Amino acid sequence: MIEVRHINKSFEGEKVLEDVSVSFDQRKTNLIIGRSGSGKTVLLKCIVGLLEVDSGDILYSGDCFTTMNRKEKQNIRQRFGMLFQGAALFDSLTVEENIRFKLDLFTRMTAREKKDRVNFCLERVNLEGKNRLLPSELSGGMKKRVAIARAIVLNPRYLFCDEPNSGLDPQTAILIDKLISDITLEFNMTTVVNTHDLNSVMEIGEKVVYIHEGKIWWQGNREEILDTENRELNEFVFATRLVRQLRKLDDI
Amino acid sequence: MPADKADCNANRLFAPVLQTTLVMRLLEHIGKYTLLILRCFSRPESLSVYYRRLIREMEVLGFNSIGIVAIISFFMGAVIAIQTALNTENPLFPPYLVGLAARDSIFLEFSSTMVALILAGKVGSSIASEIGTMRVTEQIDALEIMGVNPATYLILPKIIALMILAPFITVLSMVVGITGGWIGGTVSGVVSTADYIIGIRYAFIPYYITYSLVKSVVFAFIITSVSSYHGYYTRGGALEVGRSSTLAVVHSSVVILLFNLILTQLMLT
Repeated sequence: MIEVRHINKSFEGEKVLEDVSVSFDQRKTNLIIGRSGSGKTVLLKCIVGLLEVDSGDILYSGDCFTTMNRKEKQNIRQRFGMLFQGAALFDSLTVEENIRFKLDLFTRMTAREKKDRVNFCLERVNLEGKNRLLPSELSGGMKKRVAIARAIVLNPRYLFCDEPNSGLDPQTAILIDKLISDITLEFNMTTVVNTHDLNSVMEIGEKVVYIHEGKIWWQGNREEILDTENRELNEFVFATRLVRQLRKLDDI
Repeated sequence: MPADKADCNANRLFAPVLQTTLVMRLLEHIGKYTLLILRCFSRPESLSVYYRRLIREMEVLGFNSIGIVAIISFFMGAVIAIQTALNTENPLFPPYLVGLAARDSIFLEFSSTMVALILAGKVGSSIASEIGTMRVTEQIDALEIMGVNPATYLILPKIIALMILAPFITVLSMVVGITGGWIGGTVSGVVSTADYIIGIRYAFIPYYITYSLVKSVVFAFIITSVSSYHGYYTRGGALEVGRSSTLAVVHSSVVILLFNLILTQLMLT
């Protein structure tokens, strides 16, 4: 479980996060949603420690991350997996080397064991046999799947996804969402997904946190989000004509 | 008030502020650079992985630079020999002066400082653009999230690789440069082989080689660390990567020249 307690973050005097408190549950796909510029990426970067918070605490299973020294943070991060918006695969390494990267650095596995583990992860994301390809030879969806395989290679306890569906077609986006949701249960992880894709919300949003102007505006699940009276959230959810028409049909 | 007088007053008014800002920025750069370099020298997560990276960097930064260094050294050696001969056409000067001048120019300055400036252009821009691209495509963030120290992983092997290979590149440049001087001088007919050989052996001071090798190691550290610093702190996109690459070359070159002066003062006077 991840707990965020009263965190604040400003850039050059401009407040981006204001007294944000939220918890993310284990074995659940937790979604942070909000408009562009609402502060959701900053929140995610603060949670993983890529940005230092001005005040407040972040706790991983009760351990305070914000007060840890660099070495302790490095140690806890070995239990993290992260899927970046652009996948962030290492360009000069093949698919297999990308996935094996953490195994080489942090385990004493034999070459055979590493190979088996890489193949297992590739199978899990339906990319069997792509071991020798370079990231430049993969499509956007394949890159995301390799990034997921790389994230899960060491059985992480926490998975973070920054806009996993950006730049993907709706069908591939659903596949990625489904994969994230499935591995959350399979690996017993706490997953935090940062998105503004409503399809993702409706597909995998077991817990949804709506962030607006740097504050937590609403929390609930995918069923509750359609019936909320929260004006800002309604404007966000029913922004497209398609969703508005679906709501009308639903009302009828 | 005339416009030029107003400008002059404004300059006088804001000069201390501008100077303070420039000094503050310089201090900020030095502070960030020092912290980054200190961070590089932490314990590696896996020695075998770092060893493989070191070998790869030695190939990319060192061996791949041998060609350009050899070509430039050969032609510079030839040009130094011919120019020395043409500028010392006087019966008072001994004929072996061409070899002597070529040797001292190459040993003292060309093979260490000039080759370092060439490497700053070739290797420095490549390091800054490689690390800068990794920064803007979130690959450095990915390393950080994995629990890897990106500074140690990315920068330390580059620093060590070039520091190991720089003395060899310098010695190679010396040999090729002296050979270039001999071929250039004899083919153009400005010096005979016998006179050239007497010149390069005359009053030889072995300490000059030590001096040159020490400089090459220091310059290798400057090229890799300054370029890595510019790449590591790149923010933005492709345009900023290009800018970092240019700044890496400019700043490395300036620091090399500054340290050339300091080392010369320390080691030769």
